[in-house]
Amino acid sequence: MSTVLAAPEPGYTGYVEEEHHHDYAGDSVFGFWVYILSDCILFATLFAVYAVLQNNFAGSIEARELFELNYVLGETALLLASSFTFGMAMLAANRDSMKGLYGWLWVTFALGLGFLIMEVNEFVHFTHEGAGAWDSGAWSAFYGLIGTHGLHVFAGMVWMLVLFALLKRDGLSTENRTRLALLSVFWHFLDIIWICVFSFVYLMGVM
Amino acid sequence: MASNHTVVTEPHILFGKLTFDSIPYHDPILVTTFTVVVIGSLGLVGAVIYFGKLKYLWKEWLTSVDHKKIGIMYVIASLIMLLRGFSDALLMRSQQAIAVASESGAGYLPPEHYDQIFTAHGVIMIFFVAMPLVVGLMNIVVPLQIGARDVAFPFLNSLSFWLFVVGALLLNISLFVGEFAATGWLAYPPLSGLEYSPWVGVDYWLWALQISGIGTLLTGVNFVVTILRMRAPGMTLMKMPVFTWTSLCANVLIVAAFPILTVTITLLTLDRYLGTHFFTGDMGGNQMMYVNLIWAWGHPEVYILILPAFGIFSEVTATFSRKRLFGYTSLVWATACIMVLSFIVWLHHFFTMGAGASVNAFFGIATMIISIPTGVKLFNWLFTMYKGRVEYSSPMWFTVAFFVTFTIGGMTGVMLAIPAANFVLHNSLFLIAHFHNVIIGGSLFGYFAGLIYWWPKATGFMLDEKLSKWACGLWTVGFFMAFMPLYVLGFMGMTRRLNYYDNPVWNMWLLVAAAGALIVLAGILVQLYSIFASIRDQKKNQDVTGDPWNGRTLEWSTSSPPPFYNFAKLPQVRDRDHWHDMKEHGLAYQRPEKYNRIHMPKNTWAGAVMGGFFLMLGFAMVWHIWWMAILGFAGIMGSWIVYAFERNKDYYVEVEEIEAIENAHYERMERAKQRKDDVADDVVTISV
Repeated sequence: MSTVLAAPEPGYTGYVEEEHHHDYAGDSVFGFWVYILSDCILFATLFAVYAVLQNNFAGSIEARELFELNYVLGETALLLASSFTFGMAMLAANRDSMKGLYGWLWVTFALGLGFLIMEVNEFVHFTHEGAGAWDSGAWSAFYGLIGTHGLHVFAGMVWMLVLFALLKRDGLSTENRTRLALLSVFWHFLDIIWICVFSFVYLMGVM
Repeated sequence: MASNHTVVTEPHILFGKLTFDSIPYHDPILVTTFTVVVIGSLGLVGAVIYFGKLKYLWKEWLTSVDHKKIGIMYVIASLIMLLRGFSDALLMRSQQAIAVASESGAGYLPPEHYDQIFTAHGVIMIFFVAMPLVVGLMNIVVPLQIGARDVAFPFLNSLSFWLFVVGALLLNISLFVGEFAATGWLAYPPLSGLEYSPWVGVDYWLWALQISGIGTLLTGVNFVVTILRMRAPGMTLMKMPVFTWTSLCANVLIVAAFPILTVTITLLTLDRYLGTHFFTGDMGGNQMMYVNLIWAWGHPEVYILILPAFGIFSEVTATFSRKRLFGYTSLVWATACIMVLSFIVWLHHFFTMGAGASVNAFFGIATMIISIPTGVKLFNWLFTMYKGRVEYSSPMWFTVAFFVTFTIGGMTGVMLAIPAANFVLHNSLFLIAHFHNVIIGGSLFGYFAGLIYWWPKATGFMLDEKLSKWACGLWTVGFFMAFMPLYVLGFMGMTRRLNYYDNPVWNMWLLVAAAGALIVLAGILVQLYSIFASIRDQKKNQDVTGDPWNGRTLEWSTSSPPPFYNFAKLPQVRDRDHWHDMKEHGLAYQRPEKYNRIHMPKNTWAGAVMGGFFLMLGFAMVWHIWWMAILGFAGIMGSWIVYAFERNKDYYVEVEEIEAIENAHYERMERAKQRKDDVADDVVTISV
């Protein structure tokens, strides 16, 4: 068994003659997907915590007495719509339409803000009703899961503001296009997480 | 110390929970240590300023995004932390050696101090010695092995390093300001809850781990992308060097497991800071969930530490047996199997919790199954050595010491995996002996082998072979003497974490163990001396060719240390052992006809500055100093945004510069060859 390969073809030096341009944007996008994977596990852990604790009300008011599906449907509609408008923003960016991009991004931002305001409002309301994060294990898990999602949305909005400024300065540069693509992945990911929240927490909570 | 401080429940607006009481000025051991540390640090900073090296340090090291320099900084930090972690070990061994209960008391360490010491020992050794050592080696080696010029995200790499430093700093600050956790290294509630740990020890633990954990997660993402996307042309997955393979698996585990740690720590933080009930004993909290979650991260963590060590042994064995690695494919698949299996065994850490017979049986069998791919690897290495021309250099010494030690540790692991036996052995010194057996005899010996093996690559000069062999001998003998008695004590019923005991029969074994720890100390001192001596004699030990061991993989094709761009020309890989292949066919050391300019990232202040703000945030959160926490957080976000707005984060290295660097390297090699030939001629003359 020979462990040495046959002699190489003539002209082979062991090194690349002409280097191809490395796809840095591709690295960023792939890296961000890997990060999203880790974020999935983060949320999976929080869902598992919720599954374990969801019935441990320990005398505090119970979820089914507080959950209002119509209200949550409103929140959901805002977030889903914002995903759609982000898609429109991406289309505008692909057409190189700065006006369209700004417009759709602002709409997305506004919808995200609306979602957050509704969420905070719900949190305040629940807390007043005796369902604060410290009132029982079940409520801790509720705020832990949904609060983490809300923080992600908030982070996405801060990111959006920074991106506005960067777009103002550099226009649709390669880097800004990459950033936009990453934020888009992030934003749609949050939407998917919310759909799980809506199904597992709210829908199953009132069933 | 816990007994002397006052717990401030209403934080002061300016100083939070921090009072003069928080500084343990009444403890002579700590005051002495503190004085030494302060004088030492001031001396170091003073020397840096006196020799005018501050600017050099900042420009060339602290702000560097060069993976090799970041790797070296990781290694230095981990060796410093090893000294602290090992001091804790000596304190524990000496305490237990004399802590037979008598009327005059037992030992010299009060319980609350002893508890902090064993907690700090575990946390330091895992998070701040083993992790940075392995991440440091990956940083130095992986980009070189795959023929890349840096990692995929150089800035994030620098940030990861600084987050690790912040974690280590917080842990060290806890020694002199306040206290450290006295809960054991994984801080199980309810002991780690506010009720039983009311002061700041657990908070230090939380923030040190949270911040350095985020850094590790970023490292994981970085290296997965680096390995999957930045390999030299022609290097398919099955042509990757084994160390790169095991690093890839370890980093996949980081990406998959560390988010669980992040969540678990965050929830415990919420319990302590906001009064939630995730892990409390009342109000619907669930303590057992904490234990499940922390081990769902903790078990993969064990494999994050051991897999790269397996990779190092593979490289070392192949190089010094002068043979291609036996069964490369099976070794890669064994690594992948272990990677997957590591996620379905976590419950074996708490068989006694009461999950029931069938659950315990499942996890017991899954655990035993892991020994199969691990056994495959051992045979891979043994068959690589079989009929090879084995050269017993010091990395090989550590490798052979590992074969024996690790096999014993693996067998006791299988014993512990039997749930029925585990009910007896659980929480005993048998367990302590087992995991030190695999972590020291497995991971640590691997890192040491790797450190000696790649030392010339990183620094440009060799470590002293003789001293390294002495270190290996002392470590091995010391290890067996320190831990084999612990197996015996486990069978005799001694549980872990005992501050004192009243069974005099145990004492003899603990004295032997203490003596073993002293032999390990001698091993560490020899290692330190060997580093010092090799720096002192670096002119003599210089590695001129860049390939001192006659290596097989790509990292040996560069000069030592490699130029900052690693490869003037990217390799075109056609064989698994590309460098060996090139040497076989006379392609090595040929000057290329022309060079092209190279695209490289610029150094950046952002990682170090953000690290500073993270330290501020961590310290402020520990002590409930809210204004400072807000400032720290704003600083982090602010510097990240400023960094995002920066232009020109990269540049081109021009051909002239590359030519100058490469030519200098070739000339150095020529001169060395000349000298060698001269010497050879002399020898011939004499013999005639």
